[in-house]
Amino acid sequence: MSTASRLTRSRTRSAWAFLAPMLVVLALVAAWPLARTIWFSFTDANLSDMSAAQFVGLANFEYLLTDPDWWRSVWNTLFFTLVSVSLETALGLAIALALNMHMPGRGLLRTAVLIPWAIPTIVSAQMWAWMLNDVFGVINEMLILIGVIDQGIAWTANPDTAIWAVIMVDVWKTTPFMALLLLAGLQMLPSECYEAAKIDGIHPVEVFWKVTLPLLMPALLVAVIFRLLDALRIFDAIYVLTGNNQATMSMSIYARQQLVDFQDVGFGSAASTLLFLTIAVFTTVYLTLARIGDSGGDHP
Amino acid sequence: MLRLATLTAVIGLSIGGAAQAATISISCGAVGAELEYCQSGAQAWAQQTGNEVQIVSTPNSATERLALYQQLLAAGSGDVDVFQIDVVWPGLLGSHFIDLSGDFSADEVSAHFPAIVENNTVDGKLVAMPWFTDAGLLYYRKDLLEKHGFQPPQTWAELSTIAQKIQDEERAAGNDKMWGYVYQAKAYEGLTCNALEWVDSFGGGQIVDDEGKITIANEKAAEALTFAASTVGTISPEGVLNYQEEEARGVWQAGNAVFMRNWPYAWSLGQAPDSPIKDKIGVAALPKGGEDGKSTGTLGGWQLAVSKYSDNPAEAIDLVRYLTSPTEQKRRAIGGAYNPTITALYQDTDVLEAAPFMGDLFDTFTNAVARPARVTGAKYNQVSAEFFNTSHQILSGQAKADEALGALADKLDRLSRGGRW
Repeated sequence: MSTASRLTRSRTRSAWAFLAPMLVVLALVAAWPLARTIWFSFTDANLSDMSAAQFVGLANFEYLLTDPDWWRSVWNTLFFTLVSVSLETALGLAIALALNMHMPGRGLLRTAVLIPWAIPTIVSAQMWAWMLNDVFGVINEMLILIGVIDQGIAWTANPDTAIWAVIMVDVWKTTPFMALLLLAGLQMLPSECYEAAKIDGIHPVEVFWKVTLPLLMPALLVAVIFRLLDALRIFDAIYVLTGNNQATMSMSIYARQQLVDFQDVGFGSAASTLLFLTIAVFTTVYLTLARIGDSGGDHP
Repeated sequence: MLRLATLTAVIGLSIGGAAQAATISISCGAVGAELEYCQSGAQAWAQQTGNEVQIVSTPNSATERLALYQQLLAAGSGDVDVFQIDVVWPGLLGSHFIDLSGDFSADEVSAHFPAIVENNTVDGKLVAMPWFTDAGLLYYRKDLLEKHGFQPPQTWAELSTIAQKIQDEERAAGNDKMWGYVYQAKAYEGLTCNALEWVDSFGGGQIVDDEGKITIANEKAAEALTFAASTVGTISPEGVLNYQEEEARGVWQAGNAVFMRNWPYAWSLGQAPDSPIKDKIGVAALPKGGEDGKSTGTLGGWQLAVSKYSDNPAEAIDLVRYLTSPTEQKRRAIGGAYNPTITALYQDTDVLEAAPFMGDLFDTFTNAVARPARVTGAKYNQVSAEFFNTSHQILSGQAKADEALGALADKLDRLSRGGRW
């Protein structure tokens, strides 16, 4: 036996030893609860007496797929995700481009932009709930003052505006996250391309489309996938702003209501499992498309 | 959790078992002045008996509070010894509580309203002692009604007319934030109470009757909820669709509403020295549905129950005895307008002086309409959620009352497997 292979083996061993704590923790906090939830989704477990749970096969899923309230929450979640992530990407990109320019006070500005992201969602959502209040909310007060409306709008109460209020709060909160990831991406771009473009006298807009955007694509894709995964699980902002209201109920809120309010652990777990599968499918499709785009694209 | 355990251990060690002092934790609501009164009452008991109390404050929304309790109790946690539970929960949570019938004498129990004692008795076990009772009431601004020459309304139609008139005139006079009527219509348990009052006052029944038959899909109920929907955006701000008790009281106590539907607790807060509407408040029973309708209020109220998982059940029961005693209920009635559950206190002159409406509206409290919690048992929460969601859709104009109630009846039918619950 050569010393080299012994060395490799001992290295592998110590690698496993170093990895083991993390793997154990992951198994405990991620794999085990997930497996348990999936198992419960095939039973009629009830929170008041978990030991009496019985295997019921696919009954929970059958019932779930015929429940119009579930489909409503699916639609709400998808609508929320697509609109809020698109807005956050566009705004985040604009802010990142602005912050990337050389100007005085840039450091201060970068810190300031992060503030919404630093406030816990529960706190900021409650803050927004007060600001959006129809009678004494500051937003209505300002809009009335400048004469856009003459009567307070009940942003979170009206089913037509409620989902938009939620989207706005989410955009306000997570655009900084997007901006920061994209700013990091922008700062990695090679300055040679820009110098070349400058010498050639190419219009800045064209530089953006032909140079910046393609080079930024990898960072952009990562940022978008982070946000997508997060948005599909949306719970806190909606729950604080509108509670169990069906007009804005997301898949997470639906699952929580079944699990906690109605004690129906089996059915609630089925909803959670479907949510998990939805996110998994989204991620896989997205990553596959991104990879195809990546290999077929004309950038390096 | 851990801290509580350590604290108990430290206290136990320091006293060295000589005095046998226990730390009892009690969960209290925090709507209005609830927490303050719970705290002072429990502290008084602690001083008297040499024990310690710890107050656990809980969410304002009854729906969320129940969820929290269910999680604590399902985990068999002894962190909370005494639970403050809603009048609709004994059936849902009863299996986690100690049967108090052996610890309270028959005289102690029968001093309370029999209907509430019966409500708190599950399978022959007294799972909770009545603490205070509630019924939905109509608050009105005496000064504004007088100024514009109106009497308190007898029917909902009258309320609507008066509210609209005063709202228009007050706005024209410069108070552009004035609204006619505020209540609770967020999609939560409180909307079930509000909507049941409308339906019952029009003669539309109680959603599910005592035999378990689903009765909600009827013309009277549709008429009632159609009326309720007509208030949104006219005499009531659209925001009521997201109001709970305290949001409604916020608008009311700032002087921005002519009428408000709320529980009795809002009385003493409105009469507080720093309240802008002090001495301008009148309280009446809620209006009738029409000439042949009736005046009604949803039965609310809170009970005290002792957890099976408590480490110190004897002390916990003693705390419940103290808090539900006539002396403590009287203190709470005078200071906080919490309606006693002890019949005799409704003739007590001190109580009637502090909260005159308790005497005037005695019938409203004793004849309040109950939510169908007993008959629907463990499914009550789902029934209530379906009902408040349907009501919310009707109130927000997304659905027509008769169609939505038909759909609701179908859902409840499916939920109950044909009314068998």
